[in-house]
Amino acid sequence: MDPHEDTELSGIVKTQAERHAAPAGLRDRIVTSIRQAEAPSRHEAKSRGWRQWLNMGAAFAMGVVASVTVVYFLTTVSAQERLAQEVVGSHVRSLMAAHLADVASSDSHTVKPWFSGKLDFSPPVHDLAHAGFPLVGGRLDYIGGRPAAALVYQHRQHIINVFVWPRDARAPSPPPAVEAQGFNVIGWESKSMQFWLVSDLNIIDLQAFAAQLRGAAEARPLPSGG
Amino acid sequence: MSGTDRTRRFEAAVLPHLDAAYNLARWLLRDEQNAQDVVQEAYLRAFRFFDGFRGGDARPWLLSIVRNSCFTWLRERACDHVEFDEERDSDQHDPALHEAIDGPEQLLERKLERTQVNAAIAMLPPLFREVLILRELESLSYEEIAQVVGIPVGTVMSRLSRARSMLRTALAATDEED
Repeated sequence: MDPHEDTELSGIVKTQAERHAAPAGLRDRIVTSIRQAEAPSRHEAKSRGWRQWLNMGAAFAMGVVASVTVVYFLTTVSAQERLAQEVVGSHVRSLMAAHLADVASSDSHTVKPWFSGKLDFSPPVHDLAHAGFPLVGGRLDYIGGRPAAALVYQHRQHIINVFVWPRDARAPSPPPAVEAQGFNVIGWESKSMQFWLVSDLNIIDLQAFAAQLRGAAEARPLPSGG
Repeated sequence: MSGTDRTRRFEAAVLPHLDAAYNLARWLLRDEQNAQDVVQEAYLRAFRFFDGFRGGDARPWLLSIVRNSCFTWLRERACDHVEFDEERDSDQHDPALHEAIDGPEQLLERKLERTQVNAAIAMLPPLFREVLILRELESLSYEEIAQVVGIPVGTVMSRLSRARSMLRTALAATDEED
């Protein structure tokens, strides 16, 4: 018997003290981390060759594609946003300066001819009073660096400006529905025209109006003039 | 993925000692989660140093890496006066030691609860807790403990008897409090 030993206390510790077993899962985690640590050192030795250059080339190409895509979307989105801002700005100015309409009439046959000679295109003009959106008038405006027709409609106390100009492949397409400065903006393109609607009207009613206007413009052949 | 020969040799040598490694870390850190983290880290370290392992029993070799990881962990968090214990360890003429040995039958007469014993061991300073756990729970020889802790065999023996006397004192105190 070792004189240094204390059999009594040893017995107590051996029987009473807890021998903690490794929790379930620790072994698997260790094996996983070891094999992960092993992986890079193995690959280093093997891939110092054309593979590495190929990978780098592929990574570089993907980087270029990603940047170009990001830049494309950034510029496209910001151009669309800029135009939406301009449309909203024009809408706000039309309400502020008592300059809502150059030609105040609910008669589409008065409004439509008024534009001819002032614009190089003829916007579709329809009174939608039967649907609760009476035509108030028309106005000349200047949006996105080009002359535009502004048609003014009313729904209860809300004024709706409809901006129309010919389609241009270089110009950003209008957003389906966005909010800018608290105004709702809805847009679409027909075969030859772009339409941008702006109003403080709620988006549901504005979409209903957009559907009416779109239906009227597409269903009926446009009268050639008054 | 089956791993390379080196990985397989490593796993065969050290994975059987996972319970011993965890038990030591769990007792030194006194926390389940920290013990798991430190043991996992120690295994990774062991894997990197495996080329320096000369063969034979991997258990003391692994446990020395585990205990060093644990003490690094404790020192970084300034726990338990880790450095201070060495000085007390050198004091071999501690009266408490002899008092304790004088009355060995006292402990047997008392019914010691498992929780009391565990708590008393947990309260020992880490350097004393360490040798006690390695000796009583892992049944390592003095030589193996010397290898794990990195101290001479004589120091292992004196530290171990100091640990026992501290434990006796602690258990006696616990019992009186009841």
